[in-house]
Amino acid sequence: MTAYILKRLLIGIATLVVASVVVFSMLEIVPGDPARLMLGINATDDALQALRQQMGLDQPLVWRYLEWASGLLTLDFGRSYTYSVPVIDLIAERIVVSLPLAVIALVMSTAIAIPVGVFSASRRGRPADTISMGATQFGVAVPNFWFALLLIYIFAVWLRLVPAGGFPGWSAGVWPALTALILPAVALALPQAAILARVTRSSLLEVLGEDYIRTARAKGIPYRHVLWRHALRNALIPVVTILGLQFAFLLAGTIIIENVFYLPGLGRLVFQAITQRDLIVVEGVVMLLVAAVIVVNLLVDLSYALVDPRLRANR
Amino acid sequence: MQMWTKILAATALALASSTGAMAARTDLVVGVVLEPPHLDPTAGAAAAIDEVLYANVFEGLTRISAQGEVLPDLAESWTVSDDGKSYTFKLHTGVKFHDGTDFTADDVKFSLDRARAEGSTNAQKGLFAAIDTVEVVDPATVKVTLKNPQGLFLYNMGVGDAVIVAPESADGNKEKPIGTGPFKFDSWAKGSSIKLSKAQGYWGDPVALEKVEFRIIPDAAASIPALLSGDVQAFPNAPVGDALAQLQSDPRLKVVIGSTEGETVLSINNKKPPFDKLEVRQAIASAIDRKAVIDAASNGLGQPIGSFMSPANPAYVDLTGTYPQDVAKAKEYLKAAGLENGFNATIKLPPPAYARLGGEVIAAQLREIGVNLEIIPVEWADWLSKVFTDKDYDLTIVSHTEPNDIDIFSRPGYYFQYENPEFNKLIEELGVTNDDAKRKEILAAAQKILAHDVPAVFLFELPKIGVWDAKLEGMWENAPIQATDLTKVKWAE
Repeated sequence: MTAYILKRLLIGIATLVVASVVVFSMLEIVPGDPARLMLGINATDDALQALRQQMGLDQPLVWRYLEWASGLLTLDFGRSYTYSVPVIDLIAERIVVSLPLAVIALVMSTAIAIPVGVFSASRRGRPADTISMGATQFGVAVPNFWFALLLIYIFAVWLRLVPAGGFPGWSAGVWPALTALILPAVALALPQAAILARVTRSSLLEVLGEDYIRTARAKGIPYRHVLWRHALRNALIPVVTILGLQFAFLLAGTIIIENVFYLPGLGRLVFQAITQRDLIVVEGVVMLLVAAVIVVNLLVDLSYALVDPRLRANR
Repeated sequence: MQMWTKILAATALALASSTGAMAARTDLVVGVVLEPPHLDPTAGAAAAIDEVLYANVFEGLTRISAQGEVLPDLAESWTVSDDGKSYTFKLHTGVKFHDGTDFTADDVKFSLDRARAEGSTNAQKGLFAAIDTVEVVDPATVKVTLKNPQGLFLYNMGVGDAVIVAPESADGNKEKPIGTGPFKFDSWAKGSSIKLSKAQGYWGDPVALEKVEFRIIPDAAASIPALLSGDVQAFPNAPVGDALAQLQSDPRLKVVIGSTEGETVLSINNKKPPFDKLEVRQAIASAIDRKAVIDAASNGLGQPIGSFMSPANPAYVDLTGTYPQDVAKAKEYLKAAGLENGFNATIKLPPPAYARLGGEVIAAQLREIGVNLEIIPVEWADWLSKVFTDKDYDLTIVSHTEPNDIDIFSRPGYYFQYENPEFNKLIEELGVTNDDAKRKEILAAAQKILAHDVPAVFLFELPKIGVWDAKLEGMWENAPIQATDLTKVKWAE
């Protein structure tokens, strides 16, 4: 087990190094001069030159990479070109929005998906199954930004229960901050829940066809018990895999939802940084996301072992 | 006895606070599309910086009014020498920066010297190029000597790039702006909002608002519900798109269509064949129906222009009839240029809707005369480096939003690559002319040359669509400069 974890960690670190080279060089190729973008079209040449020097953009490429990469080791992500504050501060400000949002959405989606999936599987082919699977089909197909706008018009414009968007910050109190996150979390969670419910159902159906389920039933164990204890546990591996993927998506891929609700999250930071050619911010956030995906994947792999004792023994 | 005074005091307090609740609101949430990259107007071109801070937090020697005139600000008055080369400014006294330090002539000298210094990153450094020396005569008097008379000197001192900052705080202004204005900076939650509050002990006319929040709403689809739900009570430049009619029909809101200084033009690369031929440019101008472009690119709200001047400017001359749309005439021009069979070219379109939508209409119109345009959408960063800096383009559409910028057609190496010695002479003369009547005359002549030469096809003046709560008073209807001046804004009782 320890050797296994160590091996996975080493692979993770190697991935990070490769990713840092790829991310850095890819962004350097993108056309656009951050200094010109900041000073606009009326700037004089010497003002541009002065700013490039201030940003360190006049240094050779390899030197800039080494400086940046060595900084990463000490969590120093460099300074933003446009905001001129440390990138790590920007990330810290945004992650307090993105991380809770991702967690709430994930919890919501799991809380909806697993019962729905189990319920459908246990009533396979009956009207209840058809209806709930029809609903999940709808959930998968509806674009989440459209769903988000629908939620805004119902709950913010019409009923005025929650704000239409924005984030007051955690300093404004836990409750106002949470209310600001409810609609975006629902908008994010429902499509994810639909996917997860379908995966749960099909994975469970497969397990329910196994011999040991028939054996368990033949022994006289109640159906409900067989379903939740014996079947679901064995059906969880694909579900956990999808959950891991979804968490990575929720952390980074929420940019559209963040725009619709104008939440100051990581996705918007990256989007803004790309349009402003604040490359050092883009590089920092992308590296962080790469690290997050690696960690989540590692955790998912470890959780397989928790779910399935046979995997534990083998390693 | 003491007990009674306490009760009386408590009652008085309760009464005072209840009348307070009945008085007009004193808070305001303003929606803005773009977040400023930082908060120092003297170190960046982004309009978003001035849209938060100009006149609210920072002030200059002079200021630009809602009508676009130059008014005294920190300078209470000034005298100009007979040769037009030296200005003596008399400053207001008793003015304090928000950190408590005094505003004196030394701060003026510091600010102007800093803007024109060698390592300065002022985005409009050119505005200060004419300054020779800045002398402190006494704590309330500053004398600025110019190398040559400058027609727009007082105007230039009133723009955001020329606001007065203090040596004690200037370096921190990007994060924590310290000015002399009626509002002081409170906090900036990046990506979310910027908060200001009324500055105590402000030297000028007191403002009505106590608390102001600029909320950043980058998505057009999100701005409409924000207004409808009342989360945001004013959107000075609202990205309304198709929702205009919906907002106009809402009695709680007021929609104001104003003018800007944004001349929207189809820029032409004047050195690149075949656009170096006057007849080709004339053909393009004659093939374009401005009204159709305006309908597509600005909901039909932009005002047509025939040269490079805002219709709101007193010096404006209506030249929209110089090349009326006439396909037959356009084909004749092409024939005269030896291109009767037409030609292929590209048009690079930056992200704003006016460019992307206007470009499609223009491409369709030019197809009528056999000019086939390949549409290439580009990002701003791309546009700035390829089109603007490297001049690698045939045609592009962009709005030039700086006020008083007709001189860009005389700048050597500017991306139009247009050269007309006659025009350059006029601009040179304009630069050293103070007299208003004379300036108008020169500007009229300059506009006529541009209209005839078609260094770009002049399309329309970008409209400013402001949406705010019907009970809100004092918002700027027009945008002579890019600012959200809240100094006169208040809620009706």
